[in-house]
Amino acid sequence: MSADLSDLEQRLTLMRENMKMMTKAVPWARDLGFEVTRIEKGRVWGSQPWDETLVGDPDTGVIHGGVITTLLDNLCGMSCSAILPDFRFVATLDLRIDYMRPADKGRAIIGEAECYHTTRTVCFTRAWAYHETRDKVIATAAGAFAINQPRPADKLESLA
Amino acid sequence: MTPYEANPRAAEVEAFLARTPFAQKLGMRCDIRGDEMTAVLPFSKKLIGNFTIKALHGGAISSFLELTAMAQVFLVTDLARPPRPINLTIDYLRQGHAKDLYARAYITKMGRRMASVRAEAWQEEKSKPVTALMAHFMVGGD
Repeated sequence: MSADLSDLEQRLTLMRENMKMMTKAVPWARDLGFEVTRIEKGRVWGSQPWDETLVGDPDTGVIHGGVITTLLDNLCGMSCSAILPDFRFVATLDLRIDYMRPADKGRAIIGEAECYHTTRTVCFTRAWAYHETRDKVIATAAGAFAINQPRPADKLESLA
Repeated sequence: MTPYEANPRAAEVEAFLARTPFAQKLGMRCDIRGDEMTAVLPFSKKLIGNFTIKALHGGAISSFLELTAMAQVFLVTDLARPPRPINLTIDYLRQGHAKDLYARAYITKMGRRMASVRAEAWQEEKSKPVTALMAHFMVGGD
């Protein structure tokens, strides 16, 4: 059975069923090793495990900020797909990251993204990176995404 | 005259990139001439974010730009350790194609505690940047 991607509820179900695939199909995300862990309407959560190769400061073992940027950028984009009434590809216009505190060595980083407003052409998102709860954030992000207009090649069946 | 004689900090910047696992994972290099540095990110399949359109992942580009900005600050200061980022804004201007990426960083203001830096990444033409970055770093007194 192929899901109707133009129906948000069906699309959310399909996204939940394919959470692992959502990052496996993206080489740079797969290489960093993060996974999508939860999807709600307009909200997506993910987890980035700690790994030696991601360290940005060899003296402390803290993961490089670029890893958090990739995680939050990706989750923000997915949060747009989890709220738009129609299935559309989105592209990051800009992204701002504020680093609040370094991540702990050896611990996974949880990312949470929310698409809080959409227009015909743009999605506005924000995101948080933390170990336990949003009360103690490692970094926050705010990003705007351009909604790509559908092209003839974007056949829904080929994506389902 | 080697670049090292022109700027003894060059060796320290190269050593920093060589001993930083994430810079190695990205595969970035740098070419330093005096106080000028061009960073190079050779294309690799793992840097792709979208298979269908063969585009570089925005996260890979911004990681590269952040490291470039960080290295540039390290190059022109006498800091013992690379500067810590406070925040950054990334402007995705054009699609990054499946080819090598280059970047340069410019220090807008070097303060006693903070530095304001901008950086740009390009492919075929420097005048057509793929991505721009604005960042602030702690450079002392924290």
